[in-house]
Amino acid sequence: MSITVYTENWEGKFRKSTFEAVCYAKKIADISNKEVKAISIGEIDENELKKLSNFGANTIVSYPKIKKNNEKGVATIIKNESENSNLIIFSNTFNAKSIAPRVSVKLNAGLITNVISEINDLENISVKRQSFSSKAIESIRLKSNCGVITISPNAFNVTENVVSFNIEVKANELDSNISITGKDVNKGKISLSEAEVVVSAGRGLKGPENWNMIEELADCLGAATACSKPVSDIGWRPHSEHVGQTGKAIAPNLYIAIGISGAIQHLAGVNSSKIMVAINTDPEAPFFKAADYGIVGDAFNVVPKLIDELKKINNN
Amino acid sequence: MNILVCISSVPDTTSKINFTENNTKFDKNGIQFVINPYDEFGLTKAIMLKEKLQANVSVITVGDASVEPVMRKALAIGADKAVRINMQPMDSFSTANEIASYVKQNKYDIIIAGKESSDYNSGAVPGIISEILDIPFVNACNGLNIEGEEINLSREIDGGIEKIQTKIPLIIGGQKGLVEESELKIPNMRGIMTARTKPLEVIEATTTNHLTESIEFEKPSVKGECKMIDENNISELVNELQNVTKVI
Repeated sequence: MSITVYTENWEGKFRKSTFEAVCYAKKIADISNKEVKAISIGEIDENELKKLSNFGANTIVSYPKIKKNNEKGVATIIKNESENSNLIIFSNTFNAKSIAPRVSVKLNAGLITNVISEINDLENISVKRQSFSSKAIESIRLKSNCGVITISPNAFNVTENVVSFNIEVKANELDSNISITGKDVNKGKISLSEAEVVVSAGRGLKGPENWNMIEELADCLGAATACSKPVSDIGWRPHSEHVGQTGKAIAPNLYIAIGISGAIQHLAGVNSSKIMVAINTDPEAPFFKAADYGIVGDAFNVVPKLIDELKKINNN
Repeated sequence: MNILVCISSVPDTTSKINFTENNTKFDKNGIQFVINPYDEFGLTKAIMLKEKLQANVSVITVGDASVEPVMRKALAIGADKAVRINMQPMDSFSTANEIASYVKQNKYDIIIAGKESSDYNSGAVPGIISEILDIPFVNACNGLNIEGEEINLSREIDGGIEKIQTKIPLIIGGQKGLVEESELKIPNMRGIMTARTKPLEVIEATTTNHLTESIEFEKPSVKGECKMIDENNISELVNELQNVTKVI
């Protein structure tokens, strides 16, 4: 018996969220005396696949001829590979959100998404998950024999756990019911949902031309950039950067909010961040009630100083 | 062309969330319910397609009679017909199963759901429906164009956008970008009046199983006091982040 984990890659490279999912699976596998079986989809080289064994994957099955955006096909593969498994783990990415529901139907398995707690008993699975746009945490129990779980990115640690492993490469091909006609990916950017540090700005920035300093600050911190809803609504920044209740929910280690007042809808999407810093001219801004650190001041004055300070450390 | 929009009735985004009955139930007291924001983008898109292609637009909700005001709002915005499946939603699987059963008996070309609901955030209903009905599924969909037989869509992926072509019938999990915020429709008086005479059909659930069970809710722990730092002392902030909380 094994725990199955979908190990997503991006252009042949795994990301931290992939290893988080493997580590999560390994923890349950250890307490229930099972093995971890990783399923990789799409072209990838063997050295990259081997990395999965550093975090506990004993069996690594690779399907290089299937593309990950053929979610219907990927779901079929995962179902077929899960005959000896009653738990399938995903990291909660865009790709996983299109695959996991399909797998749950194929296996008649309950699906629990946005999971933020570990599983202590494989026979009686209950976990905590984010709900109400992070305004609440729900405890939820699995009623079916088999379960599909998607874990929140950045909610679990990645710890090395080197195991012996074997790699099987399978040449299966499967048709897709959608065809991809184009793709536009901003390669240099850090993925917002996985970023450990996020620098975010709101209407206090006064105009899109002032985002240079936000991007410079983000560069100093190796951070992703985000924005508030009004900023995305007026088109200063792309929708994909909108964090908050109707945008993305994120959980970085550090969230820096610049010129964002902190409306309840915004806080809902970011209050899972471990540390929050608010920079705002208005001392009454609600964000100061939610933040760990606050600076009352003008972004145009504070941000350049912050960049200077960070550059000093980076240079040392 | 027949379009079905799946709608969820959710607390208004400004709501404070509380629980009752030993933290097992959401406390609806004093809560204003609205169309789930992700569904509203999809509904607006459907109404635009109705105007452009003379499509018929139905909306469907799984819930008890308390969701009907939100369904009437959808009718006032321009949907032709509403269907309520009379069941307290238990989990994504049972909700999706009920909608899929309805679709099997009533032909729809495009099914539009939100990519998730802003209350339970499972984001699973459209994906489950797609698997049950064995139709294409485009999640986090932020563009939908129909030119004759050709359906062109776009969806958000990590750090970018993917363009997709597929055939009907299909289901999407919609979000902003399907239409812009400024294009969302506010019902006018004529819409509200005609909504009263439009059909709102109530169908009994087919009593499907649910596969997960909610046990209880808690609220995130309250943060400690915010430490204020003088704007002329930024090095203190950097020191705190680097050496005290160790996040950089």
